[in-house]
Amino acid sequence: MTNSIGEIEDNDVLFIIGSNATEAHPIIGNKMKKAAQKGSKLIVIDPRKTELATLAKYHLSIKSGTDAALINGLMHIIIRENWQDEDYIEERCTGFESLKANVANYPPELVEEITGISQDMLYKAAKLYAKTKKAGIFYTLGITEHTTGTDNVMNLANLGMLTGHIGFENAGINPLRGQNNVQGACDMAALPNYFPGYKQCDNKENIEVFEKFWGVKLNGKIGLRIPEMLDGIIDGDVKGMYVMGEDPVLTDPDANHVRKAMSSLELLVVQNIFLTETAKLADVVLPATAYAEKDGTFTNTERRVQRVRKAVNGPNDVMEDWKIVASIAKKLGYKGFDYNSAEEIFEEIRKAIPSYAGITYNRIDKDGLQWGCPTLDSPGSKYLHSGEFTRGKGLMLPIEYLPPAELVDADFPVLMNTGRMLYHYNVSTRISDTLEAIAPVERVEIHPDDAKSYDLNKDSIVRVTSRRGTMTANVRITKRVQPGTIFSTFHFHESPVNELTNSAYDPVTKTAEYKVTAVKLAKEA
Amino acid sequence: MVSITLNGQKMEVSADKTLLEIARENGIDIPTLCYNKKLKTFAGCRMCIVEITGRKTLASSCSTRPLEGMIVQTNSDKVLKSRKEILDLLISNHPEDLFSQVKVGNNKFQEYAKEYEVSKGSYDGEKNNYEIDDVNAVYIRDLSKCILCGQCVNSCDQIQISHTIDFLGKGFNTKVGTAFDLPISIDNCRLCGQCVSVCPTGALIHKQLANVEPSTIKKVRTTCPFCGTGCNFDLNVVDGKVVGVTPLEEATVNSTALCVKGRYHTDMLNSDRRLTTPLIKKDGVFVEATYDEAFDYISKKVSEIKEKYGPESLAGLSSARCVNEDNYIFQKLFRVGFGNNNIDHCART
Repeated sequence: MTNSIGEIEDNDVLFIIGSNATEAHPIIGNKMKKAAQKGSKLIVIDPRKTELATLAKYHLSIKSGTDAALINGLMHIIIRENWQDEDYIEERCTGFESLKANVANYPPELVEEITGISQDMLYKAAKLYAKTKKAGIFYTLGITEHTTGTDNVMNLANLGMLTGHIGFENAGINPLRGQNNVQGACDMAALPNYFPGYKQCDNKENIEVFEKFWGVKLNGKIGLRIPEMLDGIIDGDVKGMYVMGEDPVLTDPDANHVRKAMSSLELLVVQNIFLTETAKLADVVLPATAYAEKDGTFTNTERRVQRVRKAVNGPNDVMEDWKIVASIAKKLGYKGFDYNSAEEIFEEIRKAIPSYAGITYNRIDKDGLQWGCPTLDSPGSKYLHSGEFTRGKGLMLPIEYLPPAELVDADFPVLMNTGRMLYHYNVSTRISDTLEAIAPVERVEIHPDDAKSYDLNKDSIVRVTSRRGTMTANVRITKRVQPGTIFSTFHFHESPVNELTNSAYDPVTKTAEYKVTAVKLAKEA
Repeated sequence: MVSITLNGQKMEVSADKTLLEIARENGIDIPTLCYNKKLKTFAGCRMCIVEITGRKTLASSCSTRPLEGMIVQTNSDKVLKSRKEILDLLISNHPEDLFSQVKVGNNKFQEYAKEYEVSKGSYDGEKNNYEIDDVNAVYIRDLSKCILCGQCVNSCDQIQISHTIDFLGKGFNTKVGTAFDLPISIDNCRLCGQCVSVCPTGALIHKQLANVEPSTIKKVRTTCPFCGTGCNFDLNVVDGKVVGVTPLEEATVNSTALCVKGRYHTDMLNSDRRLTTPLIKKDGVFVEATYDEAFDYISKKVSEIKEKYGPESLAGLSSARCVNEDNYIFQKLFRVGFGNNNIDHCART
């Protein structure tokens, strides 16, 4: 997030696209509801009538996967009406002319046809967002889990820059990170293209810096992303994998492909707190500690680094995760793994990442600090890009609309969307008897019209089949979803939706198109 | 600023604050049942009454602001007698077993009853007698123990913005309930448990903490392991086991608010499905092993693979669920140890 969670309540406009915050980020969702209660106007862009959509001034019930066309359409109207922030663009941005030329090709008539949103609604939403100063954009995986995910994000940045809505309190671009420590894992460079602190790992200067820092020769070749690792296994280039804290067999798209890859490794090491589907395929399983059993830090979606504390020992006093990794490193004779505590690792992180340099366990004993926090007396950064963008001039890049990789057709006539629900978190919370008791089965959301045509009632079981796989699930008949579409969560292994989803991915991030799958339905029982 | 005399002490105070806030800032405790600094003033329980010289009636300090020259007594005989009377009235319409259940998190009603030595109500008469509602998975509602302080209603409305519950009925028959007075379920409630955490009586009880003795709990502050919001809370630990979660008085991100997952997930930690020992697969079957055996096996295999296929034949997945320290050391193992950048995690999904 370029802004902070605490700013949400005071926004005048919340532009919420592809984010069902009240279920996926409930406490942030509360703040959005509070904002609405206090009078701020919500523009909610979501194919489903989510709780936030019911509170919205304007709900744009978009056709899944047409986000780029919609944003271009809004920018078309903004430029046509001259609502853009000329001074801001002149002073802080570059690329306006090419953006303008591109969005000229997206007149409201065309955008209405692509997105299903009326021209009148497009006009109203564009006007409200453009003409309100304290207007923030909030997005989640509804934007990124598409083959055009990167383009969608850049297009939101275009919209923010065009209207001068980035780099201020209550105005910015705010991805709500889905997992507790996605921000931190990225900061630490659990990524194939960066060294810690987002330093490109194929850059000569960066390589020199980190070779000096770690005292070893480093490989300057960008590594493999998850889908490339899986393809690499199939192609015979990847022979050994070490998986810590993830369950790709259950959570990655096209599960059968993942299972096949993972089964053919010469060495698969899985470190987890449970015997996951992936762990079952492993050669070695290492028991891990849960968050309540270790010291450390998480970095939340607003870049706030906060303490995690060891409250209890793990079962059977299992070894803490960093100790396991350090032990393996030392066994192999690698230097630089002689830590005595998690705090000692954090001290090294502070030296590796300048924006963490001012953060210590002592300083965040109670309240966390938001990076950039370069010095011990820095209060941290509440919002980013004040006065100037981190990269200098904000780059406006023309984005073309491309339809999703898979479209509905006569054989697979229904569009399936996937996501989270309030009572579960990915695939792990079903272990909690309490949460399991609240929500024990998948209930695929289906519109009453479709329920009728497939002869489904509230007690029916539906079979959902895509080109890649099939599953059965209970149903929830609701007008939350558009006719011709269904929504399924991915929490239930009995209804393994990711055996159906499409592994077609965004060319840059390799994020799969979890949000758009063509399926067919049949009454099972 | 105005000058007032509080319990005999002269002071300059802000005219925008309430007498309750001023007293607490000056280390003078005034009992409250319905007051919650996160909520709009409700002024319903009357426990916070104080005596103001020259006024005929006692004033609720949570809703009274200071005026120039005001002389305020928070603990006069008249005040103490009235508080006792208030408790007596509440307890007279309360089941006999006021002291039988001790509640984790918030137990103010019982504490005040003890402090003001009111163990039994002196007013005989009809008592409300409601059926216990415990059909949902996370909490029990025993409305016979409710004193109508309104903290649940107001928290649901103002903190969670859910407005699931409200006051129903009138007079003696007033009670807190859902629309159409249906039992609490996922059809009408998000089960966040905020109401339970603010309830000062035994009317609302977390099932997970129902049988826990509060004095045995050790609290450890931490950050929630689910979504990216980063709420803070206290893990409640008894005998080396996490038994539940209670909110902090003040957390930067979430204040006192938590969602259903954050508040009720901790039974996961004690699941008997947890892995407790390293496993090595032999002839397709997992066999228990020591850490040393596992590390030997891994390092031998890694060396072989590296030797035979080169350093780039190894790849790793780290996790957005793990702490920064785990992620840092994991990527370091690949970059510094294995000699490649083949490390990723599910950041983009």
